[in-house]
Amino acid sequence: METVRLGNIDYVILIVYTLFVLGIGIALKKFMRTSTDFFLSGRSIPAWITALAFVSANLGANEVIGMGACGAKYGMMTCHFYWLGAVAAMVFVGVSMMPFYYGSKARSVPEYLKLRFDEKTRALNAVSFAVMTVFMSGISMYALAKLMQIMLQWNLNFSLWVSAVVVLVYIFLGGLTSAIYNEVLQFFLIVLGFLPLTFLGLKNIGGWEGLKVQLAKVATEHAPDGIHYPANAWTSVWGNMSSAASNPMHVEWFGMVVGLGFVLAFGYWCTDFLVIQRAMAAESMSAARRTPVLATIPKILIPFIVIVPGMIAFVVAPHPGVFEPSPELATAAAAAKVELAVPTWGLLPPKSEDATIRINGVEKTVRKVVRNDGKIEPDYNMAIPMLLIQYFPTGLLGLGLTALMASFMSGMAGNVTAFNTVWTYDIYQSYIAPNRSDNHYLWMGRMATVFGIAVSIAAAYVAAKFDNIMDFIQLVFSFVNAPLFATFLLGMFWKRTTGHAAFFGLLAGTAASALHTAVTGPTGHWLADVHRYGSDMAQNFWMATFAWTTCFVTTIVISLLTARKKSDDQLRGLVYSLTPRFAADDHLAWYAKPEALAVIMLVITIVLNILFW
Amino acid sequence: MLDIRYPIGGMFIILGAILVVFGLVSDPQLYEMHSLGININLGWGCVILAFGLFMLTLAGLARRRSKRRETSP
Repeated sequence: METVRLGNIDYVILIVYTLFVLGIGIALKKFMRTSTDFFLSGRSIPAWITALAFVSANLGANEVIGMGACGAKYGMMTCHFYWLGAVAAMVFVGVSMMPFYYGSKARSVPEYLKLRFDEKTRALNAVSFAVMTVFMSGISMYALAKLMQIMLQWNLNFSLWVSAVVVLVYIFLGGLTSAIYNEVLQFFLIVLGFLPLTFLGLKNIGGWEGLKVQLAKVATEHAPDGIHYPANAWTSVWGNMSSAASNPMHVEWFGMVVGLGFVLAFGYWCTDFLVIQRAMAAESMSAARRTPVLATIPKILIPFIVIVPGMIAFVVAPHPGVFEPSPELATAAAAAKVELAVPTWGLLPPKSEDATIRINGVEKTVRKVVRNDGKIEPDYNMAIPMLLIQYFPTGLLGLGLTALMASFMSGMAGNVTAFNTVWTYDIYQSYIAPNRSDNHYLWMGRMATVFGIAVSIAAAYVAAKFDNIMDFIQLVFSFVNAPLFATFLLGMFWKRTTGHAAFFGLLAGTAASALHTAVTGPTGHWLADVHRYGSDMAQNFWMATFAWTTCFVTTIVISLLTARKKSDDQLRGLVYSLTPRFAADDHLAWYAKPEALAVIMLVITIVLNILFW
Repeated sequence: MLDIRYPIGGMFIILGAILVVFGLVSDPQLYEMHSLGININLGWGCVILAFGLFMLTLAGLARRRSKRRETSP
């Protein structure tokens, strides 16, 4: 595959975008007077803005590229990550949990744990969360820089440093407000930048019906894994979930509903400070509660701009003349015995690695096909990039690439703002330097931004050297996250839950996930080989289910065995049964109430599930 | 505080205008090769431009409303 050459116009678009995101940071600098302004946006932002930021912070480059890849690999079943795994959890955090996050004096999720339980539970959550956020932004930074290198031959260091410095500048100046405002701008850019892919791709393949016909052929005759699936395997959301063997994800409905729909989705949307922080910046309790609920509106539509294009990339024919290597490159590659990666499954090339060949005496990096026992595998992560190259002429291509950059920056900014808050409030102010002036913590927040981004960059270089180490780190973090929702659920809705129980319940849950991975496959099974799941996805869903159950049961048992240290008075505002009903919404029209919006969105989501059943 | 709709509107108006102008002057061959013969730069540029104008209109209306609220007794 030849790399794409961008026109001047594409660079102009990228530069205009960069100037605007930096400009927002500069314009907001004068409003950052206290640490509350910097970390919590002074709790002054309207619900529609925090709602879009709530979605956008989650819509990082990993999500866009990854969900496009899953669209190609698993088809419409990937929509479970939205229509099953997100909406219910988002509605729940808004309606039921936000009163405790926003209503308590907590400034972060770990701080809630301190108020509700004790210091050690907070420390455990704060430290694991802080480490996780910087590593996650490092991983996505590397993924983006690598992609830019493959597509455009941009220098890896250049894309890494430039994108990191842009994010650094706008957060350093304008804090959380700047991150949130830019997330809104980035959200619209991502949607407007990717939407033409769906439009052109569907037009090209003969609409939804045409796409179904093409995917049916692949499913029944030549799926990459050699299995013959039912004709609607790629186009049905629920239709093939009665057994794990009949769908490409190799998950059956129970594992999906419990593992993803309940444990993982609630664990992420209801406890991850990265998204909760956006809601906590809202101007009122009512706005905070509406934030996640309003956020479900864009959330349920995202599959149409990332998953559907991924499916198209899997089957659509490459345009003539777009991906063919030039004659000189083809000759040079043949002479050097390098097999070039070209579109093989629709637009998807096989997995490949960098190789250097000489063309007319000049060294050039190309992508060489990787063979495993002589076999090739599709590189699903290339789905969205290949679509951009195929359908977007110069001009729109600049917009598409800018949208990709925007998604990366919104994800990274989400991580960095969550990190600087947890670091400053939950680690620095709590354990290192308490009782300093507010100005000092504002300063520390800015320093933490620099420090967090520096560590992310370092993590990106680690990822560049050791891909496997980063996979392992990601796995370890999923151990930490899987049980978390059990702790919050019990903490918020059962006043008897004690601090010791929360702490040891979490540890037990993490241990259970690690043990599960150690004795099952396909990933892990270091200790024993008790069971092999059909896919990593299935293994992950079941691991989460075991971890959650272990944490839930352990926390209940230890709570019953230990004495409560917090009085009812101390738990007021933190636990459901001790908190007076929240009445400030009573003046709102019925359709503006979080509960009513929640019901409407749940009904729409159910309709979507049925339409694409 | 800054109304975010101003920078969003401003950015999309500039980006839309760039795409529209480029769509008008660029070689039609480009669209035969990539976008099924559709001049997508011109078409999508118009959509983006319209979105930018819509955002600015919303921001302008919000400002007028808040001014009226301030002046009314």
